[in-house]
Amino acid sequence: MDNKYTILELTDIAKEIRKDILLSISEAGSGHTGGSLGLADVFTSLYFNILNHNPQNPNYNNRDRLILSIGHVAPVLYAALANAGYFSKSELLSLRKLGTRLQGHPGKNHNLPGIELSSGSLGQGLSISVGLALSAKSDKKKWKVYTILGDGELQEGSIWEAAMSAAHYKLNNLIALVDRNHVQIDGQTNKVMDIEPLAEKWKAFGWNVLNCNGNNIAEIIDTYKIANSEKTKPTVIIAETVMGKGVPEIEGNYLWHGKAPSKEQAKLFINSLR
Amino acid sequence: MIRKTNNIPTRVGFGEGLKELGKKNKNIIALGADITASVNMNLFAEEFPERFYSLGIAEQNIVGVAAGFALDNKIPFFSTYAVFSALRTTDQIRVSVCYNNLPVKIGGAHAGISVGADGATHQALEDIAIMRVLPNMTVISPCDATQTKLATIASVEQVKGPAYIRYGRDAVPNFTSENQEFIIGKGQELVKGNDITIIATGHMVWEAIKAAEELGKNKILARVINIHTIKPIDKEIIIKAAKETGAIVTAEEHQIMGGFGSAVAEVVVANNPVPMEFIGMNNQFGESGEPEKLLVKYKMKSKNIIDAVKRVLQRKK
Repeated sequence: MDNKYTILELTDIAKEIRKDILLSISEAGSGHTGGSLGLADVFTSLYFNILNHNPQNPNYNNRDRLILSIGHVAPVLYAALANAGYFSKSELLSLRKLGTRLQGHPGKNHNLPGIELSSGSLGQGLSISVGLALSAKSDKKKWKVYTILGDGELQEGSIWEAAMSAAHYKLNNLIALVDRNHVQIDGQTNKVMDIEPLAEKWKAFGWNVLNCNGNNIAEIIDTYKIANSEKTKPTVIIAETVMGKGVPEIEGNYLWHGKAPSKEQAKLFINSLR
Repeated sequence: MIRKTNNIPTRVGFGEGLKELGKKNKNIIALGADITASVNMNLFAEEFPERFYSLGIAEQNIVGVAAGFALDNKIPFFSTYAVFSALRTTDQIRVSVCYNNLPVKIGGAHAGISVGADGATHQALEDIAIMRVLPNMTVISPCDATQTKLATIASVEQVKGPAYIRYGRDAVPNFTSENQEFIIGKGQELVKGNDITIIATGHMVWEAIKAAEELGKNKILARVINIHTIKPIDKEIIIKAAKETGAIVTAEEHQIMGGFGSAVAEVVVANNPVPMEFIGMNNQFGESGEPEKLLVKYKMKSKNIIDAVKRVLQRKK
């Protein structure tokens, strides 16, 4: 954790990450634009403030682990890693192309620095996080596991198996963040399959529950710091985000969940980034 | 002639192998799925309580937790009945374990119809087919308790990535030696013969040996090969058998479709096509009953192997 960057600087980095997301997805011609943009502030907070990590030595043992359970928002992970210095930003334009290290969903076997896990089948990342956190705790290691979950993903039953086991083993070194953007591919989450009352569900499963505005960097960082002081329970941060955040034309529109902008649209969107 | 010493369930071999691994390697951990004693993981749990984690009846989660431990350089074992450990969890095994190529070791207990009285839901007859199509997965199906112990140890010492170890519930003849050479991916010729080859896996290896002895009385000299590693399969020993004996019968306690016999056939037809017959479950579910009676009803006894040998010999050129 460091405070190398001011909130103003972090806001600029988030804007840069959004720009990279739009460029890489429009170049690829497919990809999940909405969710990736919506998480830009969370990923900026993690890679530029919260996480103990080292782009020059990506696999050093005591690093914090970022586990992306929702592999489909890979573009925000790739953009954050490139901006943090794990690899050249020009490589972002190879997203989803044959021979790329930037697979449509993260693929560890393609050896992109900074990728902890291949993921893309929903509902699996929290179980893996439990295994990692339990391993670290058993060895009395100080590093933590930061997991990114989607809100639609919480419809998968395996998430709740994992939630039960994290509380059973008192994994206070596990901090999950739910990207609560209220939309999934078929539409509004409360219409497709309602997951509310969400905070109560996590509390009932034995978790410490925190809320924040997932598009406010100062608030995200403060919330992670509170989570890091938890002594006995795993923490879930329910982060309210807006899908497509930053591009007024697509904000909150579920049709942009899995859609790519054309190159012309991407240019317009980048100009309108706020 | 091959003699059995006594009857022991192969799961006992798994339990002993795991305990021995635990002594040798402190990175070995075990995850329990509520039926810890039934799958003989209790030996490890009692010896190394600090390395045993109970996770309850939640197999999908267990696979992910195992993958998480493996990401932190541990070698996790989990075992439950094969219908759950291999089939309920297939997507988790495919993505979290195999795609990440992690050293998760999966025990498939209570495999085959010889599970007996519990009936169809608990008799895994599809697990070989499913596990062997997953990239990076090693599939091991040892023939008796002694070999299961060696296979369990080899799944760590000879396999870097994921491994699936299939074993049974019922006490079965124990006939291999503690001092045998056990090499992953290498079949074992147990009986010499040049008229026909019976290639078997798991419990069916003993039935194949009995069939060969019976056939010998009628001057049919059957070679018997034990394939304990279904993937990677020993192509060399299979091609040699096809060339030298000109006919093959496979035997497995598993569905014929997509299973062990199919794996052998893939090697045979691509390299040296010869007539084949397949002994196994024929596209149906099992039922409750005594193991022995079920094996008779569903035609997975030495007698059925002998009948198949006679059929295939008629087709042999």
